[in-house]
Amino acid sequence: MSVALAVRGATKRFGAVLALDNVDLEVHSGEVLALLGDNGAGKSTLIKCISGVHRLDAGEIEIGGVPVTLSSPAVARAHGVETVYQDLALFDNLDPSANFYAGREQAGPKWLPRPLRVLRRQAMQHATTEVLDRLQVTLPDGAANVGLMSGGQRQVIAVARAAAFASNVVILDEPTAALGVRESRRVLDLILRLRSEGHAVIVISHAMDHVTEVADRAMVMRRGRVVGEEIPSPDSQGRIVALIVGSANEFADPPHHRTSPHGSTTV
Amino acid sequence: MTSLASAGDEAVPTAARPAASISTPATTTAGSTTADHHGARGDGRYRLLRVALQVIRLGPVLILVGLVAAMWRLSPVFLTTGNAGNVLSQSAAIAVLAVGQLLVILTRGIDLSVGSTIALASVVGAIVFQHGANGPVVIMVMLAVGAAVGFVNGGFFVWGRLPHPFIITLATLSAARGLALQLSGGQPKRGVTSIVKTLGGGSVRWVPYSAFLMIGVAVLVAIMLKRLVWGRWIYATGGNAEAARRTGVPVKSVLISVYALCGLLAGVAAIITSGRLNAGSPTSGNLAELDSIAAVIIGGASFLGGRGTVVNALVGALMIGVIRNGMNLLNVNAFLQPIVIGAVIVLAVETDVIRARLEERFRVRQAELS
Repeated sequence: MSVALAVRGATKRFGAVLALDNVDLEVHSGEVLALLGDNGAGKSTLIKCISGVHRLDAGEIEIGGVPVTLSSPAVARAHGVETVYQDLALFDNLDPSANFYAGREQAGPKWLPRPLRVLRRQAMQHATTEVLDRLQVTLPDGAANVGLMSGGQRQVIAVARAAAFASNVVILDEPTAALGVRESRRVLDLILRLRSEGHAVIVISHAMDHVTEVADRAMVMRRGRVVGEEIPSPDSQGRIVALIVGSANEFADPPHHRTSPHGSTTV
Repeated sequence: MTSLASAGDEAVPTAARPAASISTPATTTAGSTTADHHGARGDGRYRLLRVALQVIRLGPVLILVGLVAAMWRLSPVFLTTGNAGNVLSQSAAIAVLAVGQLLVILTRGIDLSVGSTIALASVVGAIVFQHGANGPVVIMVMLAVGAAVGFVNGGFFVWGRLPHPFIITLATLSAARGLALQLSGGQPKRGVTSIVKTLGGGSVRWVPYSAFLMIGVAVLVAIMLKRLVWGRWIYATGGNAEAARRTGVPVKSVLISVYALCGLLAGVAAIITSGRLNAGSPTSGNLAELDSIAAVIIGGASFLGGRGTVVNALVGALMIGVIRNGMNLLNVNAFLQPIVIGAVIVLAVETDVIRARLEERFRVRQAELS
């Protein structure tokens, strides 16, 4: 699989705080990368740099093998990087199609200044329906305002919106944090579908079960550094947690401990 | 759901679907079957909530129709052409103001200065007329004065990074009124140009010109709101300003344009008002800002931004007009009028609260069904 996004030597300071310290990251097309770490580990700073909210002090970002300067969220989006933040950034007073196209409305004719162009509402509606359909997202009423939809439906719409416009990378910040079991299920299914469509997906999550289920690779950060990488599986969960909390020696769960006759020695 | 499925079927050629998504994960299939099953059972309540929300949305129109019907029964004069024309010409200025106010309220803002803007534009228009300007010039000047006040509001709000437009429009409410008094020496400037007089006071048979002006403004703004990118940006800004900014909506320009247009429409209201009075008066438009806000809210727009249509604003303005006119016809003590209007405002806001609660229940229901 081709490398969709590569970050090399990313460093970011906020005053005296070193938020990112020489971070490397690679994510491939058709891969789900989980970005893990405790609060303040630098995950959010890293994705904000990738999505153009912050600029790196040092280091470089390559998208599809080409070095880019992501000076603003708009530039990142133009490079095919879409981010779904925890607050979803949805418009409760608008329908899914208007949400999809907010700020990038299809409209014409071209010779008019953009604000005065006539919306191509049918075209946008069709395209939205097509994307939702392709991602097998079913809504009770596709024309209802997003504000009338449940948390899971809203999350799914936000993710689908990102997927619709992301030609390279979809970044999801805590996509299942506020959802119930069934609604989380729908979002996880959607993430798997994004992968099968060839998107590179970066997921920030604290839900280890969800990470184990959808992620091909888990990268753990602590204090602005990458401290390890694992293939998420029920077996590696312990090691991942140990990396996150940063006391690998005390918390590690190496195979010989489990088979030792004295029983479990881990805390 | 049906529309989604059918539209999707014709829109997506099967070949375009990636092979992976054709093989539906078993879990999803199971999930949607459960939803259908639940749907069959829970449909009744779901539909009831939908109907209730629909009624609330139509509420203001229904109430206006009810009011008109009641007045028609109570007073033989009410539905005569003469009185209908009267109601229309009294409501026209408020309605035009309300359309402008709606734009501002859609973005979660408020414009307190529109009443004073009427006075300033009227006085300046009268002065320009007295200095020999012809009709079109007078009208252009009045509109320009209105737009200028609006631009000042928007400019200070956006570039001055004020926390809320209340402050700056409160300031221009005061300043524009003061300027109008200053320029006119505190006295109405008698006489207006004939176009203004016709637009404000003339009529075609019993239908006042100002009613056509009102309809024209309403249709124009409604089209801009619903059909143009600019209108979509207004709703986006009012719905979630932060998200709008992040998705690339030029929020600052949108806000400034909204205040400028609201000021411009105050200029239109000034034309109607001074035409009716046949004078540019520094006291006209007093408290009109409150009428315009009341009209928008009574019409059913949300004070929290993002919800409301031009029809809402028109209906609200007409409702205020009908209540005032009706109470006059019925010889109700004039002091009662503001109390009734106040009660209607409370009713409208409570309805909005109920709407929000119903929508919340609707959401919960959806989560249960999905």
